[in-house]
Amino acid sequence: MADHILAIDVNGDRHRVLVTDQRTLLEVLREDLGLTGTKHGCDVGECGACTVLVDDKPVLSCLVIARQVDGSSVQTVEGLAHDGKPDLLQEAFAELGAAQCGYCTPGMLISARSLLDDNPDPTTEEVQAGLAGNLCRCTGYIKIFDAVRLAAARDRGL
Amino acid sequence: MTIRLPAFDYLTPETLEDAAQLLADPERSVVVVGGGTDVVPKMKRRQITPEVLVSLSRIESLHGIRIDESGACTIGASTTLAEIHDSTVVPEVFAAAAGDVASPQIRNSATVGGNLCLDTRCNYIDMSDSWRQASGYCLKDGGDTCWVAPRSNKCWAISSSDLATVAVALGGSVRLTSVRGERLIPIEALYNNDGMSYLTCAADEILVELVLPRGNGRATYRKLRRRGSIDFPLLGVAISARFDDAGMCVFARIVLGGIASAPLRAIEAEEFIVGRQLTDEVLEEAARLATQPARPQDNTDTGSRYRKWMVSVFVERALGDVAGDRA
Repeated sequence: MADHILAIDVNGDRHRVLVTDQRTLLEVLREDLGLTGTKHGCDVGECGACTVLVDDKPVLSCLVIARQVDGSSVQTVEGLAHDGKPDLLQEAFAELGAAQCGYCTPGMLISARSLLDDNPDPTTEEVQAGLAGNLCRCTGYIKIFDAVRLAAARDRGL
Repeated sequence: MTIRLPAFDYLTPETLEDAAQLLADPERSVVVVGGGTDVVPKMKRRQITPEVLVSLSRIESLHGIRIDESGACTIGASTTLAEIHDSTVVPEVFAAAAGDVASPQIRNSATVGGNLCLDTRCNYIDMSDSWRQASGYCLKDGGDTCWVAPRSNKCWAISSSDLATVAVALGGSVRLTSVRGERLIPIEALYNNDGMSYLTCAADEILVELVLPRGNGRATYRKLRRRGSIDFPLLGVAISARFDDAGMCVFARIVLGGIASAPLRAIEAEEFIVGRQLTDEVLEEAARLATQPARPQDNTDTGSRYRKWMVSVFVERALGDVAGDRA
């Protein structure tokens, strides 16, 4: 129950945050660092809205005890754009209307970025498997899958 | 509204000896945590409120997979399910089953030790605290009635670990450590068919590693769930079997998961197929025999009669997988 100083790198910026043992990574990101792009959904690991990359791997920040990732690097949706230019995925999502209410979108983008980093040319089935942990309750999956494949094609210079 | 975690001390020992010492503390309630994907939701819902969490993540020796001279595969407790799924040295059926657990994000955090020790699950306990308070806390939750079987004095919560089912079929063993020393036991002996005390090990023992013997037969795992992603098994069927040159079955293990509070061996069905060729008639009879030990309750998704029926369907299909190119 003591306080600890957590050292994490978020989107390339180093932070030191005073945390209690029961603080989750999601709480640190949204409440301590003000990075509210990462969404707070079900709180128990079912929906994927809070997905972030920890050391380049997508995880659910609502289930990560902050001290567990002390010394790690974290990427959130705010870190996708570079020099004010959106990521190819963000452009494709906007172009194809792959967001309805938009609440699942940051988690979808992070899972999709991780998928494309591992597999630059995924089939639709592979996109589905890569996004299996992200729920969209507007049921807009088709456009999301299309947007990921469009971004992948553009990433490969097609 | 954010559901906050209750207060606890988070300890990160760097050696197994230190971790064992911390668990031996008789004064405080201590729970071991791997990736946290089972423990954290349960703490948020106040199903468990330990005073201390001992994280194994900083103990280097618990990470990784190795193959010894005998060909046995040893998987450290902190190895993630994603690492197992991607491994080329883990028995294929085990790697595939690891990929069938939960979602990609959870597999990146969840560990094999955590999955093998996964708490038993039930519709009446894996609910918010306000829901449980309104319905009345059940037996596993500190109350005096099991809402699944109110006249029963035992808890019927379900063993929901995919990897436990497969590890039992493969004849795996687990190494346990405590301040009293170390022991290696068959993984089948780790489980108890009781939803509350579902593990036979002492509360201060740490599951250190899983050892899977080198397989020289065929093995398969089939999982029933409503959605192809995320869901826990409503039924898991793992089979390992060996055949002689004539195609006669000389060894079989048929294990049912998600149907009781422990992985269940379908012993009658195993005994029936040994010494026989796996013809269609033999498959059908073995599948019928395999349903006998299954007593599914209405405490997860879908009904108990449906799940019992599915035992025969899935066992028949799984036997078909291992029978392969039978005549």
